[in-house]
Amino acid sequence: MIASIRARHALGRTVKGHALVAKDGFSARYDLDRIRGVFSRPAHKLAGQSYVDRILVLDTAKGGVATAWMLHEMKSRGIVPLALVLNSVNPILAQGAAFAEIPMLAGFDLDITEAVPNDAHVEVNPSTRTLTVIAER
Amino acid sequence: MKLNDEEQDILAGKQGSVRQQALRHQMDVGDFFGAADFVPVTQAHIMADTESLGEAGVQYLERLAAADESQRKVQVPTITDPRGTDFSKASMLGQSAAMLELERRAIAAFVKLGVTMTDTCINYQTVQAPTRNEHVAFGDTGVVIYSNSVCGARSNFEGGPSALAAGLTGRTPRYGFHLAEQRYATHHIRVDFAPASLNDWGALGAVIGRAAGNYWSVPVIEGIEQAPRSDQLKHFGAAMASFGSIALFHLVGFTPEAGRLSDVADTRLPSHTITHDDIVRLQNSYRGAESVDVVVFSAPQLSLYELRDLADLCDGRRFKVPLLAVTSPQIKPDADRAGYTARIEAAGGHVLSGMCFYQSYAREIAEANGWKTLATNSAKLVNILGGYGYDPMLASMEACVEAAASGKLRAG
Repeated sequence: MIASIRARHALGRTVKGHALVAKDGFSARYDLDRIRGVFSRPAHKLAGQSYVDRILVLDTAKGGVATAWMLHEMKSRGIVPLALVLNSVNPILAQGAAFAEIPMLAGFDLDITEAVPNDAHVEVNPSTRTLTVIAER
Repeated sequence: MKLNDEEQDILAGKQGSVRQQALRHQMDVGDFFGAADFVPVTQAHIMADTESLGEAGVQYLERLAAADESQRKVQVPTITDPRGTDFSKASMLGQSAAMLELERRAIAAFVKLGVTMTDTCINYQTVQAPTRNEHVAFGDTGVVIYSNSVCGARSNFEGGPSALAAGLTGRTPRYGFHLAEQRYATHHIRVDFAPASLNDWGALGAVIGRAAGNYWSVPVIEGIEQAPRSDQLKHFGAAMASFGSIALFHLVGFTPEAGRLSDVADTRLPSHTITHDDIVRLQNSYRGAESVDVVVFSAPQLSLYELRDLADLCDGRRFKVPLLAVTSPQIKPDADRAGYTARIEAAGGHVLSGMCFYQSYAREIAEANGWKTLATNSAKLVNILGGYGYDPMLASMEACVEAAASGKLRAG
């Protein structure tokens, strides 16, 4: 275990997985090809990369309200992130995560996109509001 | 969260499982944001196009709609954002029978829940604008930012499941922009030019949205000298919400909470000046091609005045590429009666109603029609459509109409 980082906001169950990290925003409608399970907006820093079963570590929620339904729809097909971790979220992302039962952490005293190495093995534990880096890849 | 007696009853299932489930969802969200309690709302507005809902979302609505009639009805006026189609234009768009069937099922479920199918993202222009300090639960970011900023109402972004929950329970968690302390400015913006066209206003909103950064930011803007029109603030707010996830702005001297800068901000808040060059740069960043496959006016839906302006520009033209103008079901009959629809369609354009372009399976209709390059005067639309595989271009309404006639978008 390398580091444990505490969040101010949390919901959902505890999960472990590999982080996909970028200092960029997140919107299911604006950024994703939800059929193929990849980031599709050309200007996004994760363009072309798969988000499926990854713990997304991003800067902030962007864009519109559709994410609230879309996370639920993505979950029904299994083409969905394992968890969402952001410096800042808007209500839509929190509502969507709650509705789709996707674990989420948000609000840190540091820039979470700089604190977590890309592809690190991490644990998201909403009950303790912590993200723990278990191993760097 | 602190619950009153009625909320305790709802949570205990005494008003049925639909409201119980709705309140539980609202409590999850309220706990996440540290809401102390609920606040009653007077209206709800649901974004729920079927591209977003998918089969899973429609099945969810159908499960709610199968509950006993006494337990499934919304408690406050609850209306809808644009649907995923205009049924009368679906074949022209290249939408499939499966898309339309999903749409019909969603509509049937909403009607059983007591939702009024207004199918509009400009309800503040067409249905009923909220009043200052009125607590509402609105979906569609453009609706929220306009209602909060221009009307002085109080709403967070309410995604579809949460807006429906608010309609069913008649309340929403009290956090964010329901609280007076959240409504003070965090960013002080000075504008040193006078935006004129709708795309200029949209681009200005986009630049401010990017600068402000996230949902919890509240820009206060100085330097606008003439009272903006509703359509200008519609594009301004929609773009700011789209580019920055912003839910509230203040325009000193014009929006109701900001008679003076000091009403909404510490006057020592450092200011950042936005120039005309900034919005030109933003607009030029969405000008990657010359040839145009389709011209779209949408996001937000067009007002009667926008359709009038568009009809004026269409007179005497014959379009080479499709031109789509999207409005609300409330505006469309007036546009028909005024002759605007006929004038736009005489030039080869299409006036669509009750949908929005990006909420109507934008990727699939692009593939069906061979659309890649798209011209629009909506800054919000260009921000969204890149993710759907388009090369979107931002230009004035005049330049877009010219592009529909010539197939090329002129420079500048």
